[in-house]
Amino acid sequence: MFTRIALLVLRKDVAIEFRSFEILSTTLFFAVSCVLVFAFALVRDGEVVADAAAGILWIAIAFAGTLALGRTFERERYAETVRALLLAPAPRAAIYVGKLLGIVLLLAAAEVILVPLVALLFSAALFARPLLLAALLTGGTVGFAGVGTLFAAMLVRSRTRDIMLPILLYPITVPVIIAGVRGTAALLAVPSDDSVAVMWISLLAAFDVVFITLALWTFEPLMTE
Amino acid sequence: MKKIFVPLLIVTTAMFAYAPVMIANAPYESTMGLVQKIFYFHVPSWFAMFTAVFLCGIESAIFLFRKKPSADRLAVAAGEVAVLFGLMGLVTGPLWGRKSWGIWWPWDARVTMALLVELTFVGYLLVRKFAGPGSDKLAAAMAIFGMFNVPFVYMSVNIWRTIHPKTSVVPTLPGGMPGPFWFCVAAFLSLCALLITARLHLENQRAALDALYLDEE
Repeated sequence: MFTRIALLVLRKDVAIEFRSFEILSTTLFFAVSCVLVFAFALVRDGEVVADAAAGILWIAIAFAGTLALGRTFERERYAETVRALLLAPAPRAAIYVGKLLGIVLLLAAAEVILVPLVALLFSAALFARPLLLAALLTGGTVGFAGVGTLFAAMLVRSRTRDIMLPILLYPITVPVIIAGVRGTAALLAVPSDDSVAVMWISLLAAFDVVFITLALWTFEPLMTE
Repeated sequence: MKKIFVPLLIVTTAMFAYAPVMIANAPYESTMGLVQKIFYFHVPSWFAMFTAVFLCGIESAIFLFRKKPSADRLAVAAGEVAVLFGLMGLVTGPLWGRKSWGIWWPWDARVTMALLVELTFVGYLLVRKFAGPGSDKLAAAMAIFGMFNVPFVYMSVNIWRTIHPKTSVVPTLPGGMPGPFWFCVAAFLSLCALLITARLHLENQRAALDALYLDEE
């Protein structure tokens, strides 16, 4: 029952996105412009500042993620979809999981293009350790989206949601950004520092477990009128 | 609440009046000299802040799950006081750092994370004020998440190498220093309790006023 509802919510989001590619295309465009803007700040005489690639990659993911979160839930406000979802005889946590999976898929799709782009533009050896990089990206994306989905969902009815989402989201998810940036920087070091990367991955895993449990626990009381 | 306000006020005033005497009489630290005395107000303000942070987080959880408005009022009071003490720590820290490390802001893990916890609770106050209807629940979620973020703050301290004095500095204080230090901690905690009591009283009065208005209508 729980998984079925979560997958139904996911299927609805994926179906809407496949019709228009609205969120994916705008988010991706924004992330690429982000990378370019930072490139102007951090590339000097054709040389990239140390660890810049790791920082730029994660800033682009975080900013684009915020945008995607805002848009996904903006969509739910049309025709009162949120109310319909909450009125459905379904566990609230399943709705949360469905929305979370949708956001994670969306961000993963954006990362598939973003990571090679950063590797190419900054000649960063991001693919030297593909499994560790994938683990970092998964841990970071799930942590960011886990907190973000809850906050974006509770802000749906708020008038000032555009400004409130970053205010709520960034202070809480900074550990994710730090772990992502430092972990990626460790992978980019020559020779790559695998043990440091693994340590940051385990911190990300701990963060994900704690905050997704918290989100599942608080989603129900937060989403009642 | 009213009953403990006056005794708390007297105790706190007396303690803060006597604290400078104790600090002045404490021995000078061998390398940093006079500037090290900031320590007696800097560290206790963080003690007070984290007490208020955990009070705010726990009360927010009680409010969210038990729907007790009184817990929410205590949470606001604690949240505001946490930001105040955090600000105090963030002002005294750079003053000390400038003298002993030569830079205002060292960007090491603990300093950065202290700023982050402070930011979380400034965010909490912003959400309360500007998020519109239902902002009390939003803020409560922010406080709970902020409280659970604190262990991650602590973990990152141990992971990164840091120039900030380690937590182990407190139990190993040289002779003559623990007395004034724990006195100041007690003074700050009592000030923290005093401010929360006063703020809670104000919040209770507001709620009572709102209830009276509703009865009139």
